Amino acid sequence: MRRYSAFAIAREAARFHTGWERAWRSPEPKKKYDVIIVGAGGHGLATAFYLGKNFGITNVAIIEKGWLGGGNTGRNTTIIRSNYLQDPSAALYEKARSLYETMSQDLNYNVMFSPRGVIMLAQTEHEVRGYQRTAHANALQGVPTEFIGPERVKELVPIINLNGPRYPVLGGLWQARGGTGRHDAVAWGYARACSDMGMDIIQKCEVTGVRQEAGKVTGVDTTKGPIDCDKLGLVVAGNSGDLANMAGFRLPMESVALQALVSEPIKPCMDVVVMANTVHGYMSQSDKGEMVIGGGTDGFNNYTQRGSFHHVEETVRALVETFPMVSRLKMLRQWGGIVDVTGDRSPVIGKTPLGNCFINAGWGTGGFKAIPGGGWATAELIAKGEPGPLSAEFGMERFIEGRFIDESVAAGVAH
Amino acid sequence: MLILECPYCGVKGEETEFHAGGEAHLKRFGPGSEDADFETYLFMRENPKGVHLERWRHANGCGKWFHAARCTMTLEVFGSYSAQTFEPPKEIKDKISAKRPGWSWRNFS
Repeated sequence: MRRYSAFAIAREAARFHTGWERAWRSPEPKKKYDVIIVGAGGHGLATAFYLGKNFGITNVAIIEKGWLGGGNTGRNTTIIRSNYLQDPSAALYEKARSLYETMSQDLNYNVMFSPRGVIMLAQTEHEVRGYQRTAHANALQGVPTEFIGPERVKELVPIINLNGPRYPVLGGLWQARGGTGRHDAVAWGYARACSDMGMDIIQKCEVTGVRQEAGKVTGVDTTKGPIDCDKLGLVVAGNSGDLANMAGFRLPMESVALQALVSEPIKPCMDVVVMANTVHGYMSQSDKGEMVIGGGTDGFNNYTQRGSFHHVEETVRALVETFPMVSRLKMLRQWGGIVDVTGDRSPVIGKTPLGNCFINAGWGTGGFKAIPGGGWATAELIAKGEPGPLSAEFGMERFIEGRFIDESVAAGVAH
Repeated sequence: MLILECPYCGVKGEETEFHAGGEAHLKRFGPGSEDADFETYLFMRENPKGVHLERWRHANGCGKWFHAARCTMTLEVFGSYSAQTFEPPKEIKDKISAKRPGWSWRNFS
């Protein structure tokens, strides 16, 4: 792999950009791999990357039914934060956030991580108390956050309306080190690094069955024929339920649609990420100037990758109330992704009832921010066969044991 | 857009008139049951890509709970039926079979 650098740009400029090579290879699948990862999204590619980087396992295939990074990795609102209430989540998401800080250097690929700061608005007395509690919990976890008053919110976000008719802004939970990143670049950067380590990324190849023998996985059937493997990682977000069906077990998850939309590009007006969980809306401004907007999920099971119109209306209503200038904006695009939501709104990283088959799923509405941490933890799980310290609490058995990582209250609706 | 019909009052409406209540025909477990049974009842879900039997409430209407059979891939509603039943009536099953031959849902099809 030729490194990207300022010199590379100069060199290519001198020869009319004829020397750029493809970022990753597109090989035909081999007969057998040590590890097969199903799903070439952020988490799948990150898992493969850390398998190679941390454990030296490079005989790996990453199988993707569509195109690389075309699922939720390319459909989210790119928010990165780690201000979670519970210790296991804070550890996992903070690991991810810290890996984002050096990701561009680690991958030699600009993922445009922008630690611009994230505010979660407190708009009811309960939220004020809740976020103060989170700020104290974060202090104990070593995650720098602070609870700020309305004046400081206004200072950080001049376009905000503090005295909305329904829910005035009473303060906010501020994580200065949170921010945004370029979601596609995260997938592309990991893919390029994986391909460079000799891993095979096989796109447009759908898994149609999971082969097993004596309770252990032996391979997968795909649209490009059967492929054998020693270990299998299922990292397919919204399609986890479907794949679990093929493998013969059920999951504590349901798939629902989550939507996002962007406005026309405007001049810079907001340089932080603002989330308003009481009114269900969150917004940040992309480098192109578009306001990137997200809301809540639909209430019913859905695999269509599109959402209901009334949720768009609800989200925009919430934002018009919080940022009156939004009412003059035209919305350019709207899209949906399918997220898998667990009973306690925390992900599952762990073993499955099928031997040598591991799962990373259930990220619900907040998977993007966790990509490097989730990949790191899943790689450790697959390499050692047992969960490491980061994923120890995230196994599926927590639903039998009643050992929930209850973030549904702490995180509100928006992740 | 999802259009549902309430089997009680016969009113047709789009999804904002109703409230989704999750997977239908769950087997309930009470005090004294095994941990694994509680897990199945409370958390484990079919989550199929295709025919889904589910509960809805006519929230902005008669207020009653009912069942609906719907495809999660196309949002097509095959029909709705009474809440007072453990499995879909034959005409609903036939309607689904006509459109999705070979479908199954747990132990009935």
